[in-house]
Amino acid sequence: MAELRHRGGKDTDSPLQQQPSEDKGSDSELKVEKDASSDSEAKVDSGVPEVPVPADDTPEVLNKALSGLSSRWRNWWVRGILTLAMISFFFLIIYLGPMVLMMIVLIVQIKCFQEIITIGYSVYHSYHLPWFRTLSWYFLLCVNYFFYGETVTDSFFTLVQREEPLRILSKYHRFISFALYLMGFCMFVLSLVKKHYRLQFYMFGWTHVTLLIVVTQSHLIIHNLFEGMIWFIVPISCVICNDIMAYMFGFFFGRTPLIKLSPKKTWEGFIGGLFSTIVFGIMFSYLLAGYRYFVCPVEFNNDSNSFQVYCEPSELFQLQVYTLPAILESFTGWSTVRLYPFQIHSIALSSFASIVGPFGGFFASGFKRAFKIKDFANTIPGHGGIMDRFDCQYLMATFVNVYIASFIRGPNPSKVIQQLLALRVDQQLYIFNSLKAHLTEKGLLAALEDAVA
Amino acid sequence: MTGLRKRGGGTENISDKEADGDDRLGLQGDTEGECDGDSKADTPDVPLSTADSYNTPQYLNKALAGLPPRWKNYWIRGVLSVAMISGFFLIIYMGPVTLILVVMTVQIKCFQEIITIGYRVYHSYELPWFRTLSWYFLICVNYFFYGETVADYFGALVQREEPLQFLSRYHRFISFALYLAGFCMFVLSLVKKHYRLQFYMFAWTHVTLLIVVTQSHLVIQNLFEGMIWFIVPISIVICNDIMAYLFGFFFGRTPLIKLSPKKTWEGFIGGFFATVVFGFILAYLLSQFQYFVCPVGLNSETNGFTVECEPSDMFVMQEYTLPAVVQNIVTWKTVTMYPFQIHSVFLSSFGSLIGPFGGFFASGFKRAFKIKDFADTIPGHGGIMDRFDCQYLMATFTHVYIASFIRGPNPSKVLQQLLMLQPEQQLGIFHTLHSHLRARGMLPPAAAPAE
Repeated sequence: MAELRHRGGKDTDSPLQQQPSEDKGSDSELKVEKDASSDSEAKVDSGVPEVPVPADDTPEVLNKALSGLSSRWRNWWVRGILTLAMISFFFLIIYLGPMVLMMIVLIVQIKCFQEIITIGYSVYHSYHLPWFRTLSWYFLLCVNYFFYGETVTDSFFTLVQREEPLRILSKYHRFISFALYLMGFCMFVLSLVKKHYRLQFYMFGWTHVTLLIVVTQSHLIIHNLFEGMIWFIVPISCVICNDIMAYMFGFFFGRTPLIKLSPKKTWEGFIGGLFSTIVFGIMFSYLLAGYRYFVCPVEFNNDSNSFQVYCEPSELFQLQVYTLPAILESFTGWSTVRLYPFQIHSIALSSFASIVGPFGGFFASGFKRAFKIKDFANTIPGHGGIMDRFDCQYLMATFVNVYIASFIRGPNPSKVIQQLLALRVDQQLYIFNSLKAHLTEKGLLAALEDAVA
Repeated sequence: MTGLRKRGGGTENISDKEADGDDRLGLQGDTEGECDGDSKADTPDVPLSTADSYNTPQYLNKALAGLPPRWKNYWIRGVLSVAMISGFFLIIYMGPVTLILVVMTVQIKCFQEIITIGYRVYHSYELPWFRTLSWYFLICVNYFFYGETVADYFGALVQREEPLQFLSRYHRFISFALYLAGFCMFVLSLVKKHYRLQFYMFAWTHVTLLIVVTQSHLVIQNLFEGMIWFIVPISIVICNDIMAYLFGFFFGRTPLIKLSPKKTWEGFIGGFFATVVFGFILAYLLSQFQYFVCPVGLNSETNGFTVECEPSDMFVMQEYTLPAVVQNIVTWKTVTMYPFQIHSVFLSSFGSLIGPFGGFFASGFKRAFKIKDFADTIPGHGGIMDRFDCQYLMATFTHVYIASFIRGPNPSKVLQQLLMLQPEQQLGIFHTLHSHLRARGMLPPAAAPAE
């Protein structure tokens, strides 16, 4: 969503904006940048020619409908319609449930990976490298296999234990994943060709960094999802809201530039986006926390072999009464307020999305400038590629996962039982005695001992 | 150790170090002309070190002044090999703490060597902040990994000290926050003229961290399983290098792979068999001592490491009946060996068959960036990375092997997690475990007298 913000903050009647082929103000920045840096770039980066800029990809239907308007307004409309379409699509897949969400995450991941790899090909003219495309996709498969296997083993434990082939795959999962990866590694070494060593190593490095960024974080998103769909919906919505709000504030009030890397971002947009995102986060989590569908961890029902979201909501999602500190009391005239504790957590999430999330966008902007591309791809008319839309989301996904692990969730009891039963019997006995001592100390065990005996 | 093997392979081979150096320069000269035309010319050559620029200490030079250059090189390499192996024995003798420190030192040196190559390749000395950021990311990733290890193995110690407990509970969050600070510094440090360079170096740093740091931590985790899991894999790789070199030197004729023209099939196969036998014998020798076989534990009272335990089944002699085929050949019916020796066969096979691919990868890397060695740290051998390139795959394999075939989960870690659960969950697990153990007959039928 970095592109949306680019257009805010300056007078919109600059002549550059009326060229029909550019629907992003960043194009003008790029052109200026190219002129200024062409001398130094020639010295430093002469080997990397520009990626050819793809032509405008707006579907015909939209073109016809908007043919009457001037180009500038047409671009606004295209972007607006696509934004609405994407948000509606988001609501739709939430409605369809966890299974569909997981598949969508997988598809987005594959598309992002493809976009970044394609940029690598274009930058290095490495289309003709032997084996390279095969190897990149192979590594993607391996890493996905590894991560999905770990997730499946955790969440679908009973199902896996039932089926014999699955059980073997699960027990030796790490070994199998490693063996698959090694095969790819050996194929890479065998595919090294005398004239192309350096290119091949570059593409190898490029693939691995891409995998690191794209695949690991899409799996963190799925982990978040399993905690409860609210942990998936609220962070993504916060980032989207921040983009839109920062753009609006920048558009109407923007004056002071924020960072040299993205000249059209402004401090007014940044701060306005922060406050409005926090407010949005509080209200939105209030709306969602009332429904079990969003709040309960996603579990796999062994009998019906499907996902279900049914549980007793944890304390986090039960209304509690908080006494306001004296300052706020005098300010608002309320002495207490009823909130879900989750709403307080949502403040932390919104703050992160507004303050640190944009750095993901700056990183992607820097990347695009470094390799002289306007957008990652042309998948979404008016917005660019999938990666353009998701660049801020990645840091957010990792943050949410770390936040949950550190502040919310304890270990998963069924996983602990799993590990317990895998131990040797003497180790189990040792743990049994330790646990008994602990529980007795806490006074939980005395009453039950009588019941058992 | 890829250098050693390069010299074998053919009776008429010039194994002279100068000629070797020239040979390598010559080889690179061939590739150079063709390479540059195709590859993007934004990575100029790293200045090649001359063939004779070893940091050979002066006394060695004097002692060997009389010999012709070819023998001098052999002697230097030989002396340094013996020195390194003796050093290896010494640090094993000194115990786990020293080993961990040495692993960490090696890791830092490897990281520095690879980053320095990156600087030279991209002429990026003048990039603002870059060195600081690279070392900062190294510290962050090390903090994350060491924290996870410490929390696992030193659970009791950590629970005692209040600040440690806090750091341990929020460990992931703190590590992530530290990493993010570095990430934001990187974004803020992007300078208009140097975007691409800065992204290249960022990626270079991260790939290096991925390779070097994660695998050194796998080495340390192997170490905690028992020092034998550290010693045997490393010795296997060293033995394979030396044996393949010797076999190649005496019998080598058929080239193995275009990437390293001096490696031969005879060396490869001879090294494989010799390493399997060596691993078998070494495993037998080491399995007898508790010092090598026991998991490294922390003694809470003395706050030191202890290696004392009841050796697990794997390190207890067992009798195996030989299959009939082998019986006819050897006329033994049964053979007593440690089960670990069977595992050592798998480790040796991996070290001989797949380990060399790590060496080929490093050779390819050196050719791609037109460097002869990673650095000049060890006279006659090159940099630390040159010696450790085959070890990395081996360390990961050993770790995965242990996790899949040997070790169950760590009991103290499970207990830790148990104590973090809610009381109702703990009770539930307690009852499950109670019935499980009772069914196994480990508990007396009546309720155990707890209070």
